[in-house]
Amino acid sequence: MTLRDALGWLLVGAAALYALVAVPTGGELTTMINGSIYASYAILALSLALIWGYAGILSFGQAAFFGLAGYVYAVAGLNLESTPLAAVIAVAAAAGFAALLGYFMFWGRISDVYLGVITLTVSLILYRFINQTAGEEWTIGAAPLGGFNGIPSTPILAPPGHPDEPFLPEQIYVLAVGALLACYVICKLAMATRFGRAVVAIRENEGRAELLGYDTRRYKLGIFTLGGAIAGVGGVLFANSVFVSPNMFSLQTNGQVIIWVIVGGLGTFAGPVIGCFLLMALSTWLGSLDAGPGFAVLDPNLVMGVVLTLCVLGLRQGLLPTALALGERLLAKARGTRGRGAAELGQPAEERP
Amino acid sequence: MDYALIVILQLVVTIANLALISAGLAVIFGMMRIINMAHGEFLMLGGYAALVSHQAGLNLWLAIFVAAPVTVGLIGAVLERLVIRRLYGRMIDTMLATWGVSLALVGVVTVIFGNRVSGISPPLGSVPIGGYAIGLYELLTAGVTALLFLGGWIVLRRTPVGLIARGAMQNREMAAALGVDPARVYATTFVTGAAISGLAGALIAPITGVAPSIGSVYIAKAFITVISGGTAILTGALSASALLGSVNTAFSFVMTPVLGEVALLAAAVLLLRVLPRGITGRFFRRSL
Amino acid sequence: MTDFSRRTLLKTAAAGAALGLAPAYLRHASAAEPIQVAGIHDASGGIDIYGRPMINSLALAVEEINAAGGVLGRPIALKNYDPQSNMQLYTQYATEAATKQKASVVFGGIISASREAMRPTLRRFRTPYFYNMLYEGGVCDRNVFCMGSTPAQTLQKFTPFVMKRFNAKTIYVLAADYNYGQITTKWIRKFASENGGAVAQADFFPLDVNDFGPTIRKIQAEKPDMIMSVLVGAAHNSFYRQWVAAGMKDKIPMASTTFGIGNEQVLTSPDEHNGIVVSYAYFDGLKTPENEAFLKKYTARFGEKADAVTEASAMTYHAVNLWAAAAAKAGSVDRDKVILALESGLSFTGPAGKTTIDPKTHHDTLDTYIAEVRDRAYHVLESFPQQPPADTAAVCDLAASPNETKQFVIDVKS
Repeated sequence: MTLRDALGWLLVGAAALYALVAVPTGGELTTMINGSIYASYAILALSLALIWGYAGILSFGQAAFFGLAGYVYAVAGLNLESTPLAAVIAVAAAAGFAALLGYFMFWGRISDVYLGVITLTVSLILYRFINQTAGEEWTIGAAPLGGFNGIPSTPILAPPGHPDEPFLPEQIYVLAVGALLACYVICKLAMATRFGRAVVAIRENEGRAELLGYDTRRYKLGIFTLGGAIAGVGGVLFANSVFVSPNMFSLQTNGQVIIWVIVGGLGTFAGPVIGCFLLMALSTWLGSLDAGPGFAVLDPNLVMGVVLTLCVLGLRQGLLPTALALGERLLAKARGTRGRGAAELGQPAEERP
Repeated sequence: MDYALIVILQLVVTIANLALISAGLAVIFGMMRIINMAHGEFLMLGGYAALVSHQAGLNLWLAIFVAAPVTVGLIGAVLERLVIRRLYGRMIDTMLATWGVSLALVGVVTVIFGNRVSGISPPLGSVPIGGYAIGLYELLTAGVTALLFLGGWIVLRRTPVGLIARGAMQNREMAAALGVDPARVYATTFVTGAAISGLAGALIAPITGVAPSIGSVYIAKAFITVISGGTAILTGALSASALLGSVNTAFSFVMTPVLGEVALLAAAVLLLRVLPRGITGRFFRRSL
Repeated sequence: MTDFSRRTLLKTAAAGAALGLAPAYLRHASAAEPIQVAGIHDASGGIDIYGRPMINSLALAVEEINAAGGVLGRPIALKNYDPQSNMQLYTQYATEAATKQKASVVFGGIISASREAMRPTLRRFRTPYFYNMLYEGGVCDRNVFCMGSTPAQTLQKFTPFVMKRFNAKTIYVLAADYNYGQITTKWIRKFASENGGAVAQADFFPLDVNDFGPTIRKIQAEKPDMIMSVLVGAAHNSFYRQWVAAGMKDKIPMASTTFGIGNEQVLTSPDEHNGIVVSYAYFDGLKTPENEAFLKKYTARFGEKADAVTEASAMTYHAVNLWAAAAAKAGSVDRDKVILALESGLSFTGPAGKTTIDPKTHHDTLDTYIAEVRDRAYHVLESFPQQPPADTAAVCDLAASPNETKQFVIDVKS
């Protein structure tokens, strides 16, 4: 383990400690409810960071798995006794759906922007479909799908064996942050295995990997399915923090995830999580600026748009890699030696698929 | 009989509409291999340009056919200078940057005009067909779309500019080696694409009205149509519009408009599975 | 550490704690300390056409109350939140209003989904909540007061009225595809068949649909006697335009349960809207002294070009005044006391006439009107004073079961 890795783990540990110990004892409930929403979105960002940043699969429709898991959780939770079981089913459903879709795409040799379009379209199909289920004929067991309004009665997770004592928002918060941390560790570990290295090799040069005897389709399918499962975990937690609605599948949600990953730093895991937290906080803050009756001066769209454009133009590698490069350069300067090139630190932009 | 005629007319209008909203995006994708995510906002700006100039006293037709394309073309030129030029060759970055531009444009227009639907009443009235009627303006829109594609074909086939454009489309390096300045070709293409989007936006504005966020209604559809069509500008956009538009209309009539949309999307997914490079990646490969 | 110093430390700590607590205690007693009030409405995004006039009325009502000395001698501090038409932000802001701002009351919510996003949170933090939009009915929650009209209050009179006016037997319903549209359509079916007519066909459209071409062709094939529009939101506005463009305007008459709640009468041209008949609990064309005085103040405050006052906007004004009256009556802004005061059958007479809180349902008895849209204004054709919220009353009795929290889906038998 290099010094840099150790430092990274230390920082992640410190952040986790802060989020899991300092925030709950501080007791500000608003922070915790916002925190659980942010954490569930951050898990979604993490899933895209995995399959796009490390496997080079550009999925524009990652929210499809997020929303699907949310809906499966809500429907199963309303029909079954046990919400934890519903959560497991939901994550399995997201993974299974990702596997199916992945099989459909990778065995069809679809790549690049075409793959992006297919995933986005699938997400939009789900969005359109769920959006038109307001009629009462769209009821699955005890769960009305609710159309545009979603399912406000989405059940809250309860500990196994105590279905009548659902978790409080504070507990959901701890659960969400814990899940985020667990998913982060899983992603890190997955990339450290032989399988992970093969996936990165395929991203770097698919043809070469194939000539070396790897069935690239299987590797891509594997990582895509893992990404779907992680997005599903995010979806279940989101369902517990707010409730499920078609918005989970929408173009905006899909767009936001991509923005978080890019702003935070493609090719890293912590970057997209940071990007997600920063931009979500920005959007929440913009909405609570009381501009009084009349127009909002700082239109949320305007601010987000300018931030995104400037990030793409100015920070080619995203916040985290840029900050790391800057840090190392400063460190090197302090030591009086030449800093290492930026290319070694993050993923160079040229490698973006 | 009347019913059959009205269904066919509706089909033509739907296909033309799809082709019209995709045209500007197709030009930019076909020539530059970049996806302009601010395309929906170009349409929206075209609508506003026509609306504002018409309210300022300009003749409606001049507002639609002159004011809108010129305004949006100029906006396109500015964006090309400020954003697109810096990102050539980085497809995904361009997409994300234009996405940012798209959000910012929605924001700017909201601040200026407020988030409300405004509109011009569609001119021309309607033609009765037996017990039915269809708006003349809608038919006119279909006619203009046909002319637009015909004009595009003539320009690409018969003019020196078209020759350069075709050369750049087929082999950029070779064109550059032969002395065609790629930066100029790209700038011209982007401005042309923006102007066409402006015209399209102005044309559909009387039918749908304009609102700052209206671009998001179109962007996914246009994006999917262009990618399904592949890189040939005219044939790609036209064949994909015809296919997807037919599926949409058929399902809208037999079932509901929503399932029509779902069918359109599903058709695009299946199409890309069978033809991973779009329709013109497989058929009509030598076409424009 | 010596014994002595430890004792000193403890003393200091106790004093510190007392100091820390004192302001919190004094906060309640202090006369000048403002009462926190939150408004959560979309001021941006797709649903803001409904939100803006509501935000205006809320501000106007609060300013008036403050100018008159506030509530219980304390001024009201209003904080507006903009959820940007995003349901998840409603949950976040409701929590923030209840726990961080410590609002005594929350006004807000537009579409049903936004109300449902806030309701559990506000109930949990015991913050009374006023929902001021007309909606499908059925919410049964002691913490919530629904001020807008519900289908039984308007449609029961409205459906036979338009059927008679247009001499119509068959109705073609175009509805927004969500709860409100679905449930309203059921009521229209019921009232149509009760009056010897029928709904020939009902089509539902998601809120972002703006191409109605195929539907207009279908209507032409169906040839109904009249159209009932339950379309909602900015995108659906284009229906009225396409309807005129297809030359249908003078062929089939139209009524609507939603035209105008987003100020569509200003956004469409007279060619497109003349002759549409609508029914609400408020029109800015009402010629009552209260309404004329209110409109004068509204225009003076927000200018000539401000969003016209809608039912939801007028009801927001009523809601603030009702809450203030209840707090004055209870002598406190405490949640339970205010709710009890409101349940005493409190009424307020304002721009929308007299509204009285119904203690059993927490909805209100209100006046409803039928009007025709002509040249961007409403001309009232008929009024029906003091309509009770009969639909919600059929399923909800908070006096008998005060712990009820759900939104009932009213079983509409046609």
